[in-house]
Amino acid sequence: MAVTETRIVTNRLREFTEDSWTIDRYLATGGYDMLRQALTMQPVQIQDEQVKASGLRGRGGAGFGTGQKWSFLPKGIYPRYLAVNGDEGEPSTFKDHMLIERDPHQIIEGVVISAFAIEAHIAFIYVRGEFALGIERLEQAVADAYAKGFIGKNILGSGFDLEVVVHRGAGAYIAGDETGLLSSLEGERAMPRIKPPFPAVQGLYAKPTVVNNVETMSTVPHILRMGGEEYAKLGVGRSTGTRIFSVSGHVARPGNYEVELGITFRQLIDELAGGVRGGKQMKFFIPGGASAPWLMPEHLDAPLDMDYVGSELKTMLGSGAIMVFDEDTNPALIAWRLLKFFAHESCGKCTPCREGSMWLEKVLFRISHGLGRPQDLDMMLSFGSTIVPGLNAPFSQTTICAMGPSTMSAVVSLDRFFREEILEMCNAGAARPTIPVTSA
Amino acid sequence: MSSFTPENRDRAREIVARYPFARSAVLPLLHLAQEQDGWVSPEAIEEVAALVDQEPAQVLGTCSFYTMYKRDGRKELVVSVCTNVSCLVNGGPELYELLSERYSEAGDVMVEEVECLAACDTAPVFQVNYEFHGNATGESATTTIEEYRSGARVPRGVSGGKRA
Ligand SMILES: Cc1cc2nc3c(=O)[nH]c(=O)nc-3n(C[C@H](O)[C@H](O)[C@H](O)COP(=O)(O)O)c2cc1C
Ligand code: FES
Repeated sequence: MAVTETRIVTNRLREFTEDSWTIDRYLATGGYDMLRQALTMQPVQIQDEQVKASGLRGRGGAGFGTGQKWSFLPKGIYPRYLAVNGDEGEPSTFKDHMLIERDPHQIIEGVVISAFAIEAHIAFIYVRGEFALGIERLEQAVADAYAKGFIGKNILGSGFDLEVVVHRGAGAYIAGDETGLLSSLEGERAMPRIKPPFPAVQGLYAKPTVVNNVETMSTVPHILRMGGEEYAKLGVGRSTGTRIFSVSGHVARPGNYEVELGITFRQLIDELAGGVRGGKQMKFFIPGGASAPWLMPEHLDAPLDMDYVGSELKTMLGSGAIMVFDEDTNPALIAWRLLKFFAHESCGKCTPCREGSMWLEKVLFRISHGLGRPQDLDMMLSFGSTIVPGLNAPFSQTTICAMGPSTMSAVVSLDRFFREEILEMCNAGAARPTIPVTSA
Repeated sequence: MSSFTPENRDRAREIVARYPFARSAVLPLLHLAQEQDGWVSPEAIEEVAALVDQEPAQVLGTCSFYTMYKRDGRKELVVSVCTNVSCLVNGGPELYELLSERYSEAGDVMVEEVECLAACDTAPVFQVNYEFHGNATGESATTTIEEYRSGARVPRGVSGGKRA
């Protein structure tokens, strides 16, 4: 039987393409009903009986249990803050961008419910600066929600107060890391901070803070609508519910697909995204954004299950970005471009990430441009093991944030799956007279 | 000397008031300055610093970390071309080369190479003052940019906000 999308979070924006982002459409499609319901409940009920029971795991990349994260807030310490992560910079991820532009009220409803559940009275929605239209629509949506009394003082007569501030980023991938985001929100360079203390204990302005992704927030109203236990019936194992996967690269129908977790990569890539275009074969694919180690066609029948992909395939579903590459792709070129990204975006705080990404980029540049040396791959693995000690999955790290180990994902993947091809390229490259070390 | 117009000065104060601590307003204030002037001038850095009670050097240090802020003179049109991998396999780098060549002499158009713009299903992607254009070819991109130049399309401010 052909697989189809399971549209929960994307239902409205798919059905009402003309005006899904407006308050009128939102209200006409049951919008803010769940907020009304939530405000009659106890915060702890929402946390335990709904969000924890749903098994919801964060959709930003790390896949941490949302209810569990909320429960780490220390008792009796206020104020608490909610910071929503809409910085979406992980290469080839484009789902939050869509949710912000096309269903901002759904995010806001999730934010108000979540803030009520964790007893926060200010929520910040951090949006990637380049999303000009998204920010415009989200700001309009916030203004409309204030006007209707869904945000502000004494929301819907419940006695609960919440301010929502849309905060615009300014072009820095690292602001997507939860602690980088907090630094940025405090008006500084978006440099990540050492954990512990975790944000739940000491986050924004050193107060207890929950950081959750835009898709995570968008899911919360639906969990209340369906009931936590009912939501948990969707999906597979500990990967409950649906997720939006951004499929791009050499596929016939690139796009966002919301599917029940547990379907296979093949169903997602071939059936929904139309498979590799132009009648070509797939060479490899990247399953979870630029930070994720790569996979091969032989892995296509694996399930979209966060735990399985981690333990069996030594990679991750990460941000839900799936990049597909056809048989003519030079894997070294893709690896180089990803390292160029990391080298550009490293915040510079930790030496292994700052220096490592820069040197990996330079060496991959020469390999991918036919100027490699036979020892280059092993050399990268050698100095790379100072970024990821042991180079074994799951990656350990010598850096403050997870960007450090991410820089090694592409290199480890070249070694896992394309060692022969790379060595061959390098042997051919070594025959050349000059071997530049620097890139363009 | 004030770098914000009286109207934007009011907006600036309103922005500062949104946050529990003034320093959180640094990024939005820099955006406001860039929307108004087409860049972040040294005067704007000083004024933002005064508004959030920091040293100008601190604000400059923050500002220089973020790629969207332009500190080397007023920009009319910022054309940002993505060359990250999903665009790479769909002609992004070629588009970037072509546009940067074509507009290398144009004083009003700045072409820059950027990282993934989160619109990869429409690769290759470029933005003009942070307005998205996908499925681009060299010709379609040139036509679009010329429409902005001629006034047939009204660009957003250089920070992506309303045109000053
Ligand atoms: C370098 C780096 C970049 C990240 N970028 C993002 C991002 O753009 N959006 C996001 O939601 N999470 C991002 N994350 C993950 C966040 O740190 C955090 O886990 C997430 O926002 C928590 O929300 P969730 O539990 O709802 O997923 C990034 C992490 C790292 C290390
Ligand atoms: S790779 Fe170009 S928009 Fe994502």
